[in-house]
Amino acid sequence: MNWLTNFARPKVKAFFSKRNTPDNLWVNCTNCGSMVFHRDLIAQQFVCPSCQFHMRIGPTERFKAIFDGGLYETFDLPDVLPDPLKFKDEKKYADRIKESRSKTSQTDAVVSATGTLDGLGIVMAVQNFKFMGGSLGMAAGEALIRSAEVAIQKRAPFILFTAAGGARMQEGILSLMQMPRTTIAVQILHEAKLPYIVVLTDPTTGGVTASYAMLGDVQIAEPGALIGFAGPRVIEQTIREKLPEGFQRSEYLLEHGMLDMVVHRHDLRKTLSHITHLLMDRSPGKSDTPPRALDPGAHKIPSGVDRNNLQADHSIDSEISKEEEQRARLAGQTP
Amino acid sequence: MHVFLDFETQIADLEGKIEELRQVAAQDPAMNIGEELGKLETKAAAQLRDTYAKLTPWQKTQVARHPVRPHFTDYVGQLVEDFTPLAGDRSFGEDKAIIAGLGRFEGRSIAVIGHEKGADTQSRLEHNFGMARPEGYRKAARIMALADRFCLPVVALVDTTGAYPGRGAEERGQAEAIARSTEMCLSLGVPLVSVIIGEGGSGGAVALAAANRVLMLEHSVYSVISPEGCASILWRDSERAKDAAAAMKITAQDLLGLKVIDQIIPEPVGGAHRDPARAIADTGAAIHQALQEMEGWTGQALRQDRRVKFLEIGRAGLV
Repeated sequence: MNWLTNFARPKVKAFFSKRNTPDNLWVNCTNCGSMVFHRDLIAQQFVCPSCQFHMRIGPTERFKAIFDGGLYETFDLPDVLPDPLKFKDEKKYADRIKESRSKTSQTDAVVSATGTLDGLGIVMAVQNFKFMGGSLGMAAGEALIRSAEVAIQKRAPFILFTAAGGARMQEGILSLMQMPRTTIAVQILHEAKLPYIVVLTDPTTGGVTASYAMLGDVQIAEPGALIGFAGPRVIEQTIREKLPEGFQRSEYLLEHGMLDMVVHRHDLRKTLSHITHLLMDRSPGKSDTPPRALDPGAHKIPSGVDRNNLQADHSIDSEISKEEEQRARLAGQTP
Repeated sequence: MHVFLDFETQIADLEGKIEELRQVAAQDPAMNIGEELGKLETKAAAQLRDTYAKLTPWQKTQVARHPVRPHFTDYVGQLVEDFTPLAGDRSFGEDKAIIAGLGRFEGRSIAVIGHEKGADTQSRLEHNFGMARPEGYRKAARIMALADRFCLPVVALVDTTGAYPGRGAEERGQAEAIARSTEMCLSLGVPLVSVIIGEGGSGGAVALAAANRVLMLEHSVYSVISPEGCASILWRDSERAKDAAAAMKITAQDLLGLKVIDQIIPEPVGGAHRDPARAIADTGAAIHQALQEMEGWTGQALRQDRRVKFLEIGRAGLV
């Protein structure tokens, strides 16, 4: 219309918007709204200094916070068939994947790494909510299975940070099948007598909660995390009543006996170190089921038990090789 | 009175005419309707066959949810002798959305577990429409453990829209209960055969279907989320359920192709509800065959079989 609206206003707007966003120097807490200086926020591991709200963080921040000296090595995870159903809703699944990849520089939702925690070798996997809501698809399923296998190879505890809306609908039934598949990963850890520690972070729901996320030897959650099977909106629609304050939050689950503890992010490293060290240092003589070392002679076998049978029945090595054999056989059958 | 689905209007018209003709003839025995009736019946049968030969994924969902489709109780009534239901999870309560118990199948003792949706308003409410709470899954796991201890094979009949999304269910650990039930399926040292007889809805179905053999009735569906749920999340419109049903690949035929299930049990023309006795008998035969294949397998072999089977899913296409 005139000089003011056509020229001056855009210029003024541009000036301010530019000044507001240089490298996100200041971050608004999504909970209390207070402004936090970016560097302070990093130092605080993305916990708001004024209200203690735990913001969502990704694999890199987790690894740096837990591993000794922030040093770790990620390891390769299996490639999977991309977009097995050629799924398309309003957008192509292939495009959604591409977007998430460029946004996170990750191949899929789970990143895994090895390192030490107060000197103890551990394997850690982190689900990144920023990658398609952390959803559990074939890639994430394979990632967890591989991570469990690496933990067994290294005789190391496996710590998993969960964050996901649930199964990845775009992979249909193949995503649902990750529930039993990841349960098998948990089972091989149990059989190897290696600690499987789950840290539930905001949010963890759906098929993820209803499989590996609830099967940890020890279940930890960060404060205020949404954890549940059905989402609160679905429940409200079903029962037609308002849900109580704090429903499906960590503290609520703790009260209902679903968790071992709720731990502040700043205390997680110490807590995880305690738990893994305590579980791994268990004295074989004090337990009914002593931890099984790879060397079958490393612990006593009760008299009257046929050692060969025991090995054949329980040895992980023989199980894995049997499985490989069967897999090879299957592969041979279906060229 | 037969319940017709929205895509069955032509079949309904023809069958209505046949019925009318019969009534007219009943009032006037002198009337010769044989030829006309024969024509109509042939036409109706052809129409039914053609319609059911090419059901869309959404239509199959409708058939799988058909109100008079045979349910758990019908299967057990026809296939299992001396059925002895066992109740309760020993922790909190009894959930009738899942029925579990012991019985005799083809002369041998087995444990039977399954979702029951109910057949009329009262029983539907009683069984919570087949949507189980944690107690249902904990009872299922308890009975599986019992079967394991006594070396009894387990047969699971899956028919649920999904686990119940309620406040109490969440508070008592719905997710954990499902996870433990799935884990129990995978730990069993006895054969586990699961049959999707209607709807296989998400985690609530998997909890009873991490089996050595997973069979599906021809017009049943098995999916990660209901078509309506998927549509409302991805299309932001639950009216797009038809599209979601097609995109998610939820039919028995799709799932056999993806090697997620082992076998399809053919249904009578027009769906299991048109001839429940035959559908159930055929299902019984398929279960019997599956159990026979695993006859004599050790506990270790059965666990290994399950493990390899599930680890293989999706890997055929590994690049």
